[in-house]
Amino acid sequence: MFPFHTLPGRRPARVRIIAAAGFSLALLAAAPARAETVQVTIDNFTFGPKDVTVKPGDTVTWTNRDDIPHNVRAALGAGTWKCAVMDTGGTCDITFKEAGEFKYFCALHPHMTGTVIVKP
Amino acid sequence: MTDDPKTPVLPVDSPAGIDRRSLLRCGAWIGAGVVWSVSGGVPQSLGLLGEAAAATATGPTFIQLSDSHIGFDKPANPDALKTLNEAIGKIEAMQVKPGFMLHTGDITHLSKPQQFDDAAQTIGGTRIQTYYVPGEHDLVDEDSGKAYLDRYGKGTKGAGYYSFDQHGVHFIGLVNVVNLKAGGLGNLGEEQLAWLANDLKGRRTSQPIVVFAHIPLWTVYADWGWGTDDGAQALALLQRFGSVTVLNGHIHQIIQKVEGHITFHTARSTAFPQPVPGTAPSPGPQLVPAEQLRDYLGITSVTVKQGSKMLALTDSPLSQL
Repeated sequence: MFPFHTLPGRRPARVRIIAAAGFSLALLAAAPARAETVQVTIDNFTFGPKDVTVKPGDTVTWTNRDDIPHNVRAALGAGTWKCAVMDTGGTCDITFKEAGEFKYFCALHPHMTGTVIVKP
Repeated sequence: MTDDPKTPVLPVDSPAGIDRRSLLRCGAWIGAGVVWSVSGGVPQSLGLLGEAAAATATGPTFIQLSDSHIGFDKPANPDALKTLNEAIGKIEAMQVKPGFMLHTGDITHLSKPQQFDDAAQTIGGTRIQTYYVPGEHDLVDEDSGKAYLDRYGKGTKGAGYYSFDQHGVHFIGLVNVVNLKAGGLGNLGEEQLAWLANDLKGRRTSQPIVVFAHIPLWTVYADWGWGTDDGAQALALLQRFGSVTVLNGHIHQIIQKVEGHITFHTARSTAFPQPVPGTAPSPGPQLVPAEQLRDYLGITSVTVKQGSKMLALTDSPLSQL
């Protein structure tokens, strides 16, 4: 029901592709909408931006910039996706395939909450 | 002066707190090293550490250790194992050997086997029996707590709660760091609350109770998650007892509150301080000058006075132990 995939590796060449596309309208026009990677950082026990809107197939990358570990877990009713604990500098990628509004939180510090909105 | 005169909050740790309105509405900064004698729910300062130690060294004593965060190596304390070792050294040097110790969680920083090993070796070196409850940092292994339970879960229920009796006092170790809900605080859960009700059933109200858990059972500062959503349900079950002492960690600073016959107290960490609520953008490791770090770290010792309901709590920073 919730087809999410945690990507095992680091952010791939996709970032470079998007950067290149920025310089070439022709490339953008020729290719169907490419999956993008959207960044969410964790600073001072806060997800920033708190709410992100992505397209189906896009990946959200969380980066922990605090001196304390955090994780990411789907809130009740938002599936079972999660990120393992991220120490300082740690990252986690999750690809969202289906449209919907997915609330999440840090299971260590549950007052930290955010939402991934997936819209075609 | 306060919206609830029955619940004065007495932060004991930091001069910075004196400016903090949200928590200090009716509070007073007392300064580190003061000993509290708790009588009929009203704490009385016994004086400075030296006098007080003499005045209270009559009954069995136990130690509360908290938030050792073994594995933490960030600027706020590059070597958390070293400061735990120092705390242990001071405990071993005490004139009166503590009967046992409580560790109120965050033994490790990331639940790694080596971190558990280092903590166990250091604390175990005292050969003083130690009772544990987990903090949220102890349950972040891949199996969400198996690493903790494999080591400390023997004879416990659920995620690791249990009770035992020592020196006529009933001790209850609770777990409020699992199944946390988005936007919520610490959580005990229905199953544990039912167990607690049963554990207290038929117990004499004259028996002193000590409850220990990682996150404060009372709301210290909800904006930073420093409280337990269903803590009030546990406290309601404890209401009928004449002497209840609630010992928590998690916030890495001393805060004390008295409500009826219940004394709430949080301990210092042995690893790193955290800011006084409301004085920083968020909780988290607080960087202090290296030469002051040991003023912010420490342990709590608790003396059970025989024939009395009073428990005397003594907080000692590492710099003074």
